[in-house]
Amino acid sequence: MNLSRTTAEDGPAVKATPTQALRTKAVRTGGLSLRLDLRAVTVVVLLLVCALAASVVLIGTGDFPISAGDVLKTLFGGGDAGQEFIVNELRLPRVLVGLLVGASLGLGGALFQSISRNPLGSPDVLGLSQGSTAGALVMIVLFSGSATAVTLGALVGGLVTGLAIYLLAWKQGVHGYRLVLVGIGVSAVVTAVNGYLLTKADLVDAARAVVWMTGSLNGRDWTQVWPLLGLCAVLLPLVLANARVLRMMEMGDDVSYALGVRVERVRLLLMVAAVLLTAAATAAAGPVGFVALTAPQLARRLTRSPGPNLVPSLCMGATLLVTADWASQRAFGADQLPVGVVTGVLGGVYLLWLLVTERKAGRI
Amino acid sequence: MTADTNTSANEANRRSTVNRLSAENVTLAYDQRVIARELSVEIPDNSFTVIVGPNACGKSTLLRALSRMLKPSEGRVLLDGQVIQSMPAKKVARTLGLLPQSSIAPDGITVGDLVGRGRYPHQGILRQWSQEDERVVQESMAQTGVAELADRYVDELSGGQRQRVWIAMALAQQTPLLLLDEPTTYLDIQHQIDVLDLCAELHEEQGRTLVAVLHDLNHAARYATHLIALKEGAVIAEGAPNDIVTAELVEEVFGLRCQVIDDPETGTPLVVPAARKARARTDRPKVAATEAS
Repeated sequence: MNLSRTTAEDGPAVKATPTQALRTKAVRTGGLSLRLDLRAVTVVVLLLVCALAASVVLIGTGDFPISAGDVLKTLFGGGDAGQEFIVNELRLPRVLVGLLVGASLGLGGALFQSISRNPLGSPDVLGLSQGSTAGALVMIVLFSGSATAVTLGALVGGLVTGLAIYLLAWKQGVHGYRLVLVGIGVSAVVTAVNGYLLTKADLVDAARAVVWMTGSLNGRDWTQVWPLLGLCAVLLPLVLANARVLRMMEMGDDVSYALGVRVERVRLLLMVAAVLLTAAATAAAGPVGFVALTAPQLARRLTRSPGPNLVPSLCMGATLLVTADWASQRAFGADQLPVGVVTGVLGGVYLLWLLVTERKAGRI
Repeated sequence: MTADTNTSANEANRRSTVNRLSAENVTLAYDQRVIARELSVEIPDNSFTVIVGPNACGKSTLLRALSRMLKPSEGRVLLDGQVIQSMPAKKVARTLGLLPQSSIAPDGITVGDLVGRGRYPHQGILRQWSQEDERVVQESMAQTGVAELADRYVDELSGGQRQRVWIAMALAQQTPLLLLDEPTTYLDIQHQIDVLDLCAELHEEQGRTLVAVLHDLNHAARYATHLIALKEGAVIAEGAPNDIVTAELVEEVFGLRCQVIDDPETGTPLVVPAARKARARTDRPKVAATEAS
């Protein structure tokens, strides 16, 4: 009952804030009813607008700047041949990879944080990115593999790490802290392996490995877009169908079980989905830091709603990554600063700012 | 449904055809540690059953088994004549509610939102928030006296208020059977009585079957209509408190010498532990003997 935290006495009832009642709206037709959190819907719409606007600007950014109007015209099939090539073949896939990677990381992070009931339970802290890195490094250093092999290696590395964490942390029931600690342990081991692989590599392979490890969107094309898009298309409906269950699970296993949730089954399913999303994103763009950790926290603070905030986190991840990519190109010139560095700086500063302002407001 | 589905499943056990919830010869264990062996318990319909016993006697474990949180390693728990583990999870959740000892209120959740989550077993992906849901949530909050707290954050509330909110959530589940695991622990005396009064009300006025694990024997004797006394995983006595609570029983179950008198308020049994000196007189030789050896 959380009674141990109780300090307040039954004092005079504080006046209820009337804002809460206005927040959710039920839409009903016939036997159907949907429940919408108006603030969350607004946040999602605004984030989508931001993400799309940033994407258009990003497509126009580069050695051959294109105005936003021309970008839109070209995207809808009305540009000249040169613009068409630059937009559709070079920059659109890169932006799409950015959007998808950001969305996957945001969603994967939200799932992990919700399942572990701990903001630290996100893939970057748990060692999933390091696992993917290990997979990629094995391919680069030991086999001098092709780009496809490296992508596959990263994917497998992430999945194996996810499986290891699940078996170590969840075989005997759940604790958020346990997951985080096991994850940190796994992360340390894998980081050591990565260091070892790097020292074993010759100079060419090491350079290639370091480029991969910085996490960037440079040179991403349609071959990265399709698998990622396909995966998202499968996993997104699956995850969203379980969003309500996830909300129940935030109240602890006992309560959710009592409410008729098949806790273990849902958790395994969602964990697998989250690991797949994270591993695929990392395989596509390298370990882009901090998005999976920050996006759900940012989204949650904007929606001010308890619960996993899956869709807002997803949109926040996409927005964050594309904006960061744009910022890095804008400030440091194309291909200079990997996007992973900027997501860390942007996301981190924004989160700190939100935490500080909220501290003053006194809620969440 | 009770009568029909029961007949075939329970030919072997005559008693189960009567009541909706029962445990038949269950062995309860966590991993290898056996808590109770071949335990059989009936929860009489429309009773307020209270399970009492010393620490680690298996009270909470039994409650967990009855609410299908713990799968018996042997034997079975029957709900409406069916093995509870084999029933669809949501269907069980519409029949049997549980208020566990530990539950987590998500950060920043309001009372109304939390109580609303009790509607989950009645909802589906296309039926997320019906007018019925709305009505039941309002009603549950009114019954537990937390309606005016609906827009407050749960983590701002006092322990007593919070307990009422969790009970409201369990009520919103609208189950004819409600199981409560130590609902009064950590509450001061006023709120303990408050919660127990609420339970009695739910039992008397709405005809719900309640099963609670309680620590306080006097509370149990006062509020229960049916008492189950457990010791080391076995039922020592069960029945109406007036019939079974005696000084001998308390001594057998809790190892405490006492007097049982009539509660001046309610006439139910009141357990008054013997004075330290009175107990010491008989206990001392034993202590001396152990010290000597």
